[in-house]
Amino acid sequence: MEEISFQLNGKKTEVKIDPTQTLLWVLRNHFGLTGTKFGCGMGFCGACTVLIDNEPVRSCTLPLRDVAGKKVVTIEGLAVNGKLHPVQKAFVEHDALQCGYCTPGMIMNATGLLLKNPSPTTQQIKEGMEDNLCRCGAHVRIVEAVHTAAKEMKGGK
Amino acid sequence: MKKQTVKNQDSDQNTERRGMERRDFFKLLGGGIFIFLRPWRGLDLPGAPALAEQGRSLPKDYNAFLRIAEDGTVSCYSGKIEMGQGIITSLAQEMADELNVSVEKVKVILGDTDLCPWDGGTWGSMTTRGFGPNMRAAAAEARGVLLDLASKQLGVPVSQLEVKDGIVSDTKNAKNSVSYSQLTKGKKIEKFLDVKPAVMDPGKFRNIGKSFNHSDANLKVTGAAKYTGDLKIPGMVFARILRPPSHGAKITSVDYSAAEKIEGVKVVHDGDLVAVLHENKDIADVAISKIKAEYSFNEMPVNDKTVFEWMLKADSKANVARTKGDLEEGRKSSEKVFESEFHDPYLAHAPMETHSALAQLEGDKMTVWASTQTPFPLQDAIARDLGFPLEKVRIITPFVGGGFGGKSSNPQAMEAAKLAKLSGKPVMLVFTRDEEFFYDNFHSAAVIKIKSGIDNSGLIKFWDYHVYFAGTRGAETFYDVPNAKTTDYSRNRDGAPVHPFNTGPWRAPNANTNTFAREVQIDIMASAAGIDPLEFRLKNLKDEKAISCLKAVAEKFGYVAGKSPGGRGIGVACGSDAGTTVAHMAEVKVDKTTGKVQVIRIACAQDMGLCINPEGATIQMEGCITMGLGYTFAEELFFDGGNIRDRGFDTYQIPRFSWLPKIDTVILDRKDKAPQGGGEPAIVAIGAVVANAIFDATGARLYRMPMTPARVLDAIKKAEGSKQ
Repeated sequence: MEEISFQLNGKKTEVKIDPTQTLLWVLRNHFGLTGTKFGCGMGFCGACTVLIDNEPVRSCTLPLRDVAGKKVVTIEGLAVNGKLHPVQKAFVEHDALQCGYCTPGMIMNATGLLLKNPSPTTQQIKEGMEDNLCRCGAHVRIVEAVHTAAKEMKGGK
Repeated sequence: MKKQTVKNQDSDQNTERRGMERRDFFKLLGGGIFIFLRPWRGLDLPGAPALAEQGRSLPKDYNAFLRIAEDGTVSCYSGKIEMGQGIITSLAQEMADELNVSVEKVKVILGDTDLCPWDGGTWGSMTTRGFGPNMRAAAAEARGVLLDLASKQLGVPVSQLEVKDGIVSDTKNAKNSVSYSQLTKGKKIEKFLDVKPAVMDPGKFRNIGKSFNHSDANLKVTGAAKYTGDLKIPGMVFARILRPPSHGAKITSVDYSAAEKIEGVKVVHDGDLVAVLHENKDIADVAISKIKAEYSFNEMPVNDKTVFEWMLKADSKANVARTKGDLEEGRKSSEKVFESEFHDPYLAHAPMETHSALAQLEGDKMTVWASTQTPFPLQDAIARDLGFPLEKVRIITPFVGGGFGGKSSNPQAMEAAKLAKLSGKPVMLVFTRDEEFFYDNFHSAAVIKIKSGIDNSGLIKFWDYHVYFAGTRGAETFYDVPNAKTTDYSRNRDGAPVHPFNTGPWRAPNANTNTFAREVQIDIMASAAGIDPLEFRLKNLKDEKAISCLKAVAEKFGYVAGKSPGGRGIGVACGSDAGTTVAHMAEVKVDKTTGKVQVIRIACAQDMGLCINPEGATIQMEGCITMGLGYTFAEELFFDGGNIRDRGFDTYQIPRFSWLPKIDTVILDRKDKAPQGGGEPAIVAIGAVVANAIFDATGARLYRMPMTPARVLDAIKKAEGSKQ
């Protein structure tokens, strides 16, 4: 057991826990933040993507120890006072989802992508999203949604 | 709706199959107006007879119901489930139109065996074509009841009433009005109907035919949507189960002493089942890795390379599915004869959400939350296998993270229920990705052999079709051929099993394989006849739907006629599934040095009868096209006997963003026709349209899916060799 402190969705958080446990299951089981999904447990699918210090990271392979002192944002922390984040809003507008299971990971990865590159080309979006898997085939709409979100985020809205 | 009969509740006692008596619904639900539907023709459709054969009696009382609650809310109860196909949106549109309420006023409650009426399962693109028209009939009946009540209350005849947004008003005095909510308050009205599916006058559609976004999108983009694995109940433990290294392996000895030493770990050992339970998922994962076991092996001598030969050698019975004319006559009148053999491998469903279940035993009642496409058959199976009376088993289906046919089988739910029964604790079982691959009910590998011939004008004279282990869905040719025979070698076999693991339905089961073979064979004949592949198809078709889809897709694509191979990389294919017809055109770019193929664009035209939600239907078409690229280019299960060698997304490749073509879709306007399936048809011809486009680009014919770079390169070399 170790005391690990980090920022979770904007709040300072301390947890006494076995630090080798993965961030994914600590988020889901300990904090009840089940929007971050288990897809493969090996970092291959991206369903568990969260932002750590604004970088998209696979939480399923990350021991909790590694987030000490860092800022973690999950899908639940993206909307502000119930107002959807531009990426979430764009996913709704474009119907960029079907079963919705990969959606939180897609949104977190896209958010990280846009933080790094606010005006991505279609090619850059595809490259940036390449390792997030979707089985339903919502890909074309996800690309459109990321473009729309980019425009809105640049507009400062 | 004219044929309906109305009965009171007492006259209908036939609740033998139901786990729950009808009166129990009312305890759960309170007052309002309830409309119950008797079995409809949908039950005659595929699946229901098979369930009956397995000893599951079908319900004789009702299969659906609709409730107008005392607050005016309309609730549609169905045993179907939502896994991304968008039925919670489209069913609401249909109910809203019949009842003249806003779409937001309609709740769609799915997949709960205590609340919803029996349903065979969500597959075969059946919801909109089988279920929707019946629910609309129920809604129309409910509206009739409401108008009768309003007529009495407002003191004017029904003919003088109109409904708008759930308010019934007097057409001669708008102030004389009453809401659905006021009409239902304090009432409990039940009606039981034998209905004929309603076909509404398209002129009256307000919501049907209009595009609606997914109504569950907000829940899904915020992480609030609950899937089975997201649930948590007090005392819940996570289970991990010891798995054999291969199918057919049996435990001969097991040592779990090291696992038992981990604090809080409980080991459950019952026959072949060895599991560890812990309230912490990560610790359960560690505990299972500490168990040592020895196995005996009994595997079939077949692997992914030998499977096609294995299938052809299998002692299968020939079953003539269809015959027309005289093949010998057809052969004699043919100028050119073609003989081809096509291969398709085993495929995994690979939904993003692995099979998950949470089982809780409270007193004598077992409740199981499961990611399943078949809640009622699962209820049957748990009751039967674990010894519960049916009414003591409840299945609840939260959002399902993709199914594609794979969640028609529910091994995880059976195991979770068994562990909950043995341990007395609520048990959460979330399959690992490895387990998801290992215990999948795979799309069957298959072989198809076709002999066919054309006369000197390019008319098909005979079609001799042999399908091994793909079944006959999509095997019927819709081309106008005077002499045709379809022989199926996959059914009614006695003797040893052919597949080393379970197989089952995979999005448009078998139709992908059959359409690939048929449409490539058609292309082979078109090319040999020196006729443009679109023209060749039109020349040999009388099927109006196929003809109009081909013409529509050619227009959308901007098709310019040309003989194939023409070096352009353009392919044509069409298909039919779930009552819907599709036609595709694709343009590909082939790297002749690496064999890598990139699809530049794909267009698809679809005739699906009345389209309830064009947005939802378009999304399904795009999804089908994108998913179809997987089986076309990469998906192929590697195995050796019972050992599944693909256990993750590192080796089993599914479509990614970089594969994306430009996708154009068109849905034909068929408002006056009955709605047909939308979840599967647009996937069936993707393999074929790409194979035909590769041929057009290179002159190389591909007879086997997936069309990996190595196979494309090989085919190119063969094509070049035959030229010299």
